[in-house]
Amino acid sequence: MVGSALIAIFKKDISLAYRQLAELMQPLMFFILVITLFPLAVGPSPDTLQRIGGGIIWVAAILSLLLGMERMFRDDYADGTLEQYILSPTPLYLIVVVKVLAHWLMHIVPLFLISPLLALFLNLTMDMYVALMLTLLLGTPLISFVGAIGVALTVGLQKGGVLLALLLIPIFIPLLIFATSAIESASMLLPYHQQLATIASLLLISVALSPMAVAYSLRVSQN
Amino acid sequence: MSVLLAHNISCEKSDRALFSGLHLSVSPGELVYLTGENGAGKTSLLRILVGLGMPSKNTFDDVDNEQDPIDLNDDEHETSLKNQKTYVKINTIDVHKDINGASEQLLYFGHKLGLNQLMSPVENLQSWCHQQNIETNIGTITSTLDELGLTGLEDIALKNLSAGQQRRVALAKLWLKSYANLWVLDEPFTALDVNFIAMLEDKITAFLKSGGAVLMTSHQSLNIDYPMTNMHLEYQW
Repeated sequence: MVGSALIAIFKKDISLAYRQLAELMQPLMFFILVITLFPLAVGPSPDTLQRIGGGIIWVAAILSLLLGMERMFRDDYADGTLEQYILSPTPLYLIVVVKVLAHWLMHIVPLFLISPLLALFLNLTMDMYVALMLTLLLGTPLISFVGAIGVALTVGLQKGGVLLALLLIPIFIPLLIFATSAIESASMLLPYHQQLATIASLLLISVALSPMAVAYSLRVSQN
Repeated sequence: MSVLLAHNISCEKSDRALFSGLHLSVSPGELVYLTGENGAGKTSLLRILVGLGMPSKNTFDDVDNEQDPIDLNDDEHETSLKNQKTYVKINTIDVHKDINGASEQLLYFGHKLGLNQLMSPVENLQSWCHQQNIETNIGTITSTLDELGLTGLEDIALKNLSAGQQRRVALAKLWLKSYANLWVLDEPFTALDVNFIAMLEDKITAFLKSGGAVLMTSHQSLNIDYPMTNMHLEYQW
């Protein structure tokens, strides 16, 4: 019973995201544009681009995910769906997990699809590209789960946008360090299991704990 | 055996005490009609009772010299409020501890409709039924919408409906969750036309007669042929 409720919420969120395709595309366009700016600014030298490419893609990914982050609970809060979620027999933290996953899926799959092109653009080697994809695969859900806490805390304020970025960017610094260090190791053909394992463990901790924090913040937002 | 039992509830908003030391119990088949001026705290009270809001910690010093606590049951609670616990129970489940369990037999209709503007009435109600674990199918939802005078609008995005029609869609929840034993309705008659108000009053009466309890607020006088308990919240300065 709880399962079917969660599946229904997942489908609903996916279908709603498709109906707001323009809003969904904005972070993606932002991602592409920011990355396009760098070769123009630092010069098109292949060596320079290769050295900074992984970092650029990661920074752009964090910023663009932050742009779309606010959508996670905004509409549900505004139209009262959140009240009904809280007053339903389904535990709120499970609903939160489903919503974060749906949000991640709709925002990250486009980034994945476009990133081979951008990796080529920034002259990344195949090894660096693989490392980039692996770190993105493990790191972006971490951004979504941790970011959801920030979104839930600011959902009651009418203008959370910039505040959200200010709250969250410092939290993502460790992730950024490990991700770019993995890509750098890959560029030197060194193993980068340790960095990946660190990101994976951060992800597991956030998946386990953040839904409870989010659920609590959402309840408080109703007060 | 009360469906809803609230004990020693207080609420403060921006340093203004809306009410304090409030007691309330609603039995099956009882209609409690909550009145009060704008800002008296009706919505805050309802939200606390269903578990969305948290009651404030009692500031006991104020209670003694400022106001008499409102009490429906009028039992001997003049005795020190200090020692009394604050709780709200729906069907004996404490809503602030187990809101999921408490909400199974509860229907809350608030100011926010809980409907997504991009989805059609049918989709909205379907997803609401899924959330609430209500067994239903499209046929039931469509016929309910027909009954509520929304024939032909089932598949139009909600944002294209008028305010009154949107509220009708939201009120279809009353028809879909009539098995609940407590309805908490916050101004259900807003933006509705005369015919639909009559229909809603009939629905509420039928629900009460079947043993359900209703706790509602409204600024309109209620045309229901059913005994009701009036409760008035005073605006506190």
